[in-house]
Amino acid sequence: MINIRDKGAEVWENSGRTGRIAIATLAFAVVASLPFMGGTILNTPIASYESVLVYPIAMFVLMAIGLNIVIGKSGLLDLGYVAFFAIGAYTMGLLGTKTGLNTWEILPIGIAMSMFAGLVLGVPALKLRGDYLAIITLGFGEIVRIVALNLGALGRSEGIIGIPTPPPVFGIEFSFDSHRVYYWTLLIMILLAIWMVRRLSARRAGRAWESIRQDEDVAELLGVPTFRYKIWAFVLGASVGGAAGVIYASKTLFIAPDNFTLQISILILACVVFGGMGNIWGVILGAVVLGYLPDRIRFLSEARLLVFGLVLVLMMNLRPDGLLPRKKREKAIKAKEAA
Amino acid sequence: MIGNFFDQFWSLTFGGLSLGFIYILIALGYTLVYGVLRMINFANSEIFMIGTFATVIVVRDLYKFTQSSEYATGFRLWLILGTALLITMIVSGLLSMVVELVAYRRLRRRNSGVLAPLISAIGVSMVLAESVRIMTDSRPVASPRAMEKSFIGKFFDADIRLDNTIIVIAALLLFFALWNFINRTRLGKAIRAVSMNPSAAKLMGIDIDKIVSATFLIGGVMTGAAGFFYVLKYENTASSIGFELGIAAFTAAILGGIGNIKGAFFGGLALGLLETYASFFLGTQWKAVTVFILLVMVLYTRPNGLFGESITQTRV
Repeated sequence: MINIRDKGAEVWENSGRTGRIAIATLAFAVVASLPFMGGTILNTPIASYESVLVYPIAMFVLMAIGLNIVIGKSGLLDLGYVAFFAIGAYTMGLLGTKTGLNTWEILPIGIAMSMFAGLVLGVPALKLRGDYLAIITLGFGEIVRIVALNLGALGRSEGIIGIPTPPPVFGIEFSFDSHRVYYWTLLIMILLAIWMVRRLSARRAGRAWESIRQDEDVAELLGVPTFRYKIWAFVLGASVGGAAGVIYASKTLFIAPDNFTLQISILILACVVFGGMGNIWGVILGAVVLGYLPDRIRFLSEARLLVFGLVLVLMMNLRPDGLLPRKKREKAIKAKEAA
Repeated sequence: MIGNFFDQFWSLTFGGLSLGFIYILIALGYTLVYGVLRMINFANSEIFMIGTFATVIVVRDLYKFTQSSEYATGFRLWLILGTALLITMIVSGLLSMVVELVAYRRLRRRNSGVLAPLISAIGVSMVLAESVRIMTDSRPVASPRAMEKSFIGKFFDADIRLDNTIIVIAALLLFFALWNFINRTRLGKAIRAVSMNPSAAKLMGIDIDKIVSATFLIGGVMTGAAGFFYVLKYENTASSIGFELGIAAFTAAILGGIGNIKGAFFGGLALGLLETYASFFLGTQWKAVTVFILLVMVLYTRPNGLFGESITQTRV
């Protein structure tokens, strides 16, 4: 099979400054105009195409980028990522309905809340071995949902209704059915997240994560404060999830514990692995495919999750490194180790 | 509240014990596979779910029990329970082997890390859960009652129910059978060898593929037995049941120290009892939270679980 990632990287490397700007602008224009392509083959039967673009696709992409910091970059298996999404959404729901704050004012609070939750969970959990971390995070995801389900202040199973939409920005109105505006908002957040991850990856933090992922003991011996950087990865991942949650709540205007099941965590994890762990473009591609596919094949109605499961199995067996895997060099090192 | 608790202590304990033994059997499925492959068998919960359905089908369709039939007694009862248990164990065991073939084997040969098999196992469990959900119209399925749940005695004022007794005794027997199998037989020795050091085991002429297959088979058989006992105790099942009990049983395995058979035993027992007591004090809706907090506390003080292996190097 041809390696799309290497081909893409080659084209990018070989084009000059103007070429790169042209490619980036073109790509951005295509992605930004996706909401207008509803009439084409991309259309999703049954569900509205534009709303599918917002949730799940754009939302999954944002969350997958966040989870990729935790799993792909630093190799920590987090199975409860939905918790941070839920915390962001409930922060928005509570503050939006109880106080006069608007979405843009709540956004930093929601991010701070989920980062705080990440810290509280991370400090005990990140001292543990990987598999235990997996179950602790998985449990945490469920606990957040159960607490929301049983706490009167959070509306129990009815959830929170009447969450306000964001106030207009530069005269652009956000209303319940203006899917495009939400899509573009998320697009900007995704770009910010990509920028953040890319900047961090190129610096000390990125190198520290990389070393932790490859061999934590060696990293520690070489003087990398592994625990601190693991916490950082966890908290940054949580912040992206929280941001996605805030936007989600002010888009759907109604949240209930049923929106935050373990299935979401699993799906986001699947996006990361399916697309190609550690490679941000792969992760984005994975999230687009896995967010889009269940709605595209909705004509299978009942059987669509079944088919989705089959796709996961087949895909993992045929391309275990994902659609756009990490660099070849690393794979070569891995092969050498295995031999 | 406290007074009530002491009044009901023994009946709660008996209920918790039988639930604990169900957890033990599922936890064995997780722990055996983890011991050999160092991987979480995500599909084990759905093996359990299929097991519960196998039992329901045997009782309902093979022996033509309906909701209004009379209870079976004497030899016929034991025959029914015996065949149901046997068929359930066979079905679950074989299914578990198929899961290994489909989700793990190819990836294991390619040496592709921990996450890819995890995702493919998630895929398999989605396929299993969804096919059953579609076949049952997302509705729970009640199992006709073949056995009268009579009280066979009293212990400190608490009635000892027949079904709970059967579960505890049969599960204990199964556990000791497994214990002896792993520790006394040639195949068991091979499984232990692979779990200690796969490459050395291979050099000693052990066929790794065969051992992994056998481990999945045994894990599936134990998990299937749990499915049978679950139906015996609760008399219903649903396609979503695998997930609920799977998580709890996995917690039990971790609590005791995953990869360790003794750990699964005490972890399952502890979890079954604690869940039952916690439900009594705080209401059933908070039991998962209690269990989780307990798990965090145990792991914080003993990071490898109560009886955990001391291989601190193992990680994802």
